[in-house]
Amino acid sequence: MHNKSITDLAKGLRSGEFSSVELTQAFLNRIKQHSSLNCYITVTEDLALQEAKAADDRIAKGDATLLTGIPIAQKDIFCTQGVKTTCGSKILDNFIAPYNATVVEKFNQAGSVMLGKLNMDEFAMGSSNETSYYGAVRNPWDHNAIPGGSSGGSAAAVAAGLAVCATGTDTGGSIRQPASHCGITGLKPTYGRVSRYGMIAYASSLDQGGPMARSAEDAAIMLQVMAGFDERDSTSVDLPVPDYRAGLSNPIEGLKIGLPKEFFGAGLNSDVAAVIEAAVNEYRKLGAHIKEVSMPNLKLAIPAYYVIASAECSANLSRFDGVRYGYRCANPEDLTDLYTRSRGEGFGKEVKRRILMGTYALSAGYYDAYYIKAQKVRRLISDDFKKALSEVDVIMGPVAPSAAFGIGEKIGNPIEMYLSDIYTIAINLAGLPAMSMPAGVVGGKPVGLQIIGNYFAEHRLLNIAHQYQQVTDWHQQSPKGFE
Amino acid sequence: MEWEAVIGLEIHTQLATKSKIFSGASTAYGAEPNTQACAVDLGLPGVLPVLNEEAVRMAVLFGLAIEAEVAPYSVFARKNYFYPDLPKGYQISQFELPIVGLGHLDIDVDGVKKRVGVTRAHLEEDAGKSLHEDFHGLTGIDLNRAGTPLLEIVSEPDMRSAKEAVAYMRKLHELVRYLGICDGNMQEGSFRCDANVSVRPKGQQAFGTRAEIKNINSFRFVEKAINYEIERQIDLIESGGEVVQETRLYDADKDQTRSMRSKEEANDYRYFPDPDLLPVVVDEAFKAQVKATMPELPDAKKQRFKDQYGLDDESTAILTSSRPLADYFEAVVKESACEARICANWVTGDLSAALNRSGLEITDSPVSHERLAGLLARISDNTISGKIAKQVFEEMWQGTASADEIIEAKGLKQITDTGAIEAIIDKIIANNPEQVEQYRSGKDKVFGFFVGQVMKEMQGKANPGEVNKMLKDKLK
Repeated sequence: MHNKSITDLAKGLRSGEFSSVELTQAFLNRIKQHSSLNCYITVTEDLALQEAKAADDRIAKGDATLLTGIPIAQKDIFCTQGVKTTCGSKILDNFIAPYNATVVEKFNQAGSVMLGKLNMDEFAMGSSNETSYYGAVRNPWDHNAIPGGSSGGSAAAVAAGLAVCATGTDTGGSIRQPASHCGITGLKPTYGRVSRYGMIAYASSLDQGGPMARSAEDAAIMLQVMAGFDERDSTSVDLPVPDYRAGLSNPIEGLKIGLPKEFFGAGLNSDVAAVIEAAVNEYRKLGAHIKEVSMPNLKLAIPAYYVIASAECSANLSRFDGVRYGYRCANPEDLTDLYTRSRGEGFGKEVKRRILMGTYALSAGYYDAYYIKAQKVRRLISDDFKKALSEVDVIMGPVAPSAAFGIGEKIGNPIEMYLSDIYTIAINLAGLPAMSMPAGVVGGKPVGLQIIGNYFAEHRLLNIAHQYQQVTDWHQQSPKGFE
Repeated sequence: MEWEAVIGLEIHTQLATKSKIFSGASTAYGAEPNTQACAVDLGLPGVLPVLNEEAVRMAVLFGLAIEAEVAPYSVFARKNYFYPDLPKGYQISQFELPIVGLGHLDIDVDGVKKRVGVTRAHLEEDAGKSLHEDFHGLTGIDLNRAGTPLLEIVSEPDMRSAKEAVAYMRKLHELVRYLGICDGNMQEGSFRCDANVSVRPKGQQAFGTRAEIKNINSFRFVEKAINYEIERQIDLIESGGEVVQETRLYDADKDQTRSMRSKEEANDYRYFPDPDLLPVVVDEAFKAQVKATMPELPDAKKQRFKDQYGLDDESTAILTSSRPLADYFEAVVKESACEARICANWVTGDLSAALNRSGLEITDSPVSHERLAGLLARISDNTISGKIAKQVFEEMWQGTASADEIIEAKGLKQITDTGAIEAIIDKIIANNPEQVEQYRSGKDKVFGFFVGQVMKEMQGKANPGEVNKMLKDKLK
């Protein structure tokens, strides 16, 4: 049951083959059975069973959506009313959110069942899920490998069948890279497509929530619920939401695919390159035309990203000060002591590193050299994409330079860790939608293909991914022991 | 050496919006602590600000009123600093691109007119309050005020004396209340002033080093604080010292300023554009829409009151000191058909005195303009005399009856029946032969005695004009 698609499960629920309570219980059992993967920070068992019961009633009344009664899980970055919301940090270990994020509210309205809150890098800062206060998540394909990050708990849970699908967020690759490393389908929507209200901010101009699922079709069903204007988020965009599922079957003959030569340079593992080439070949067979494009400013993406994201996070994380909620140090002597120890003890190393970088970049005398320059680079990168996307329909390439690396392998070397996001970060700077879907296996670990589209072309990306998934079965493969 | 002071003011006006600048919580003053702070005001994880359009409208209205350039494109920025009553650890403000650019305000000091430049005005959110009393050595935080919209109005360093500074501040205070964008309540902190003060030898072009005096909350204190600071700086320099750039606090009890923090201790606020908010775009259509709601401004109203009603400077100044008072006066003139000067005397005289005694604003006056007009109409049609009117007014102040009802009930109607008056006059002439003799022998002053006697006999209700005329005839 844990490997079925949303539509199959919805059919089963409607036909009475199984109830949502049974389905939910089955997932709760699996979560317990595979707790060593450390996917969940909080399992909301009682709440899930209550929601499942309500979903069964709703299905009985004939008032169900495709997601009614489907057990899903939320990345622990989304505020969930009455449920602990930690963002992977000690500083929020005691924080019970008093309100629901818009995304959570929308899933509740659709009638889905929340199994719990998923592990993640602390404040979504990390590419390996190792910065979580709650410990590293293990990759179900290789328990000694990282699942990717920051939505590592989400990716691992979906891959291991510990949730039908899950939410993720992507600031520099945090949906796509773990999706690639865990062999699932993940989509980072256009900036502004999904409301950020109630999604704890890391870098506000880059953060975007999106679906992580077993297939493009499941991702389309999720995005249908998540997308749309929210008056509580000024940066959400007031554009109609297309019917994502309806467009999945459109033929893609004549599709123009661009391959940026900068995506296939020296840093790319040759086996991964071979997987991408094979996937592109599959598209050629489906009638696509391939063209080389260029992103001359791509190499500037990582430094620009770390200036902008760090600058924004240095302000976003100021509210965690031990005054109103969250962790407060014991027996503070005075205000300064309260601040320095609450934050010093509450934040992990990577978070502190980025706050310091951002504070430095915004300081008097450095602002122009760092922040302003990074914004200029950001524009150049956007222009590169704009130009390329005027020549082709979509851009394809790798998600990450290699398959999942080992736990502990890069955590001591932040620069090397940052470089592993080279193919994903530029897309966030440009605000474009992009997805990752399984396209092969290297050394027993899955590798994803990245598809980048024009603004608000999520329907096109899902269509293109779905067509590939009709003629291949990479997305149907499960890690050993989780079949 | 002769010294010259250079003064610039930064004035924080709380905008009179119903809800906060970035949330839907109420801005009403005086609620129980932390009952008017929603998730956004508390700075909970994940919340986002959404700009209140009304605050933008008010800022634009102000910009148009001071003939400033209203920015077609302005940007909110984060001003970063830690303080317990600043929930997010940053204040959302405007920095490089404020909504209102260079404008001006004309002041008048001792009959000398002067134009003071307004550098800029920008929108920002207020912080909460730290409460240091009643918490046994701890500090309480009240976030009701957090997120209240402020318009910070920054002047050019154009003022040269404390008097000019106060004149500017008063002018601004009058203007924002005229525009209806601020209630001007200084006790509640709706209108707060920081003063930048420096001195230089008269004739020198370059500015001296300035000190900023923070949070002065009355006109009187602004004047005293600036005067103290000017003296302090001159004394310091003349005794061989040097003014340091710093922030100072005015202590009203001791009437002096003292150092709060030096420039070196000043925060680096690390301003950068707030990525949660889009740039504010004000197009011509919006500006025109706002302009259409522009009320008559104080200077124009003063001129009109002089021209239209023939009022003197003093009455004009009082009547136009607030829009509700000016409106009240004009309503009384219109409804009473009474001479404007008499209406002005009543509004600035008896009515204002009664309001002052009761500590009421014109908007809370127990005697509405309709009722006062009803009274003045009876003066103008000779139903009652001015003297009786004062008596009627006191009755009106205490109750709800109209002037006509009181006049009727108390029988205060002026007697214009010449027969009745004549009879009384005859009686009084007959009873006071001595005084008649005195009058006839040229002692004009005695005339007043007869008027008084007649009025007394008639309980003040006789028409004074009629009494005078008839007395003169009879005493010939």
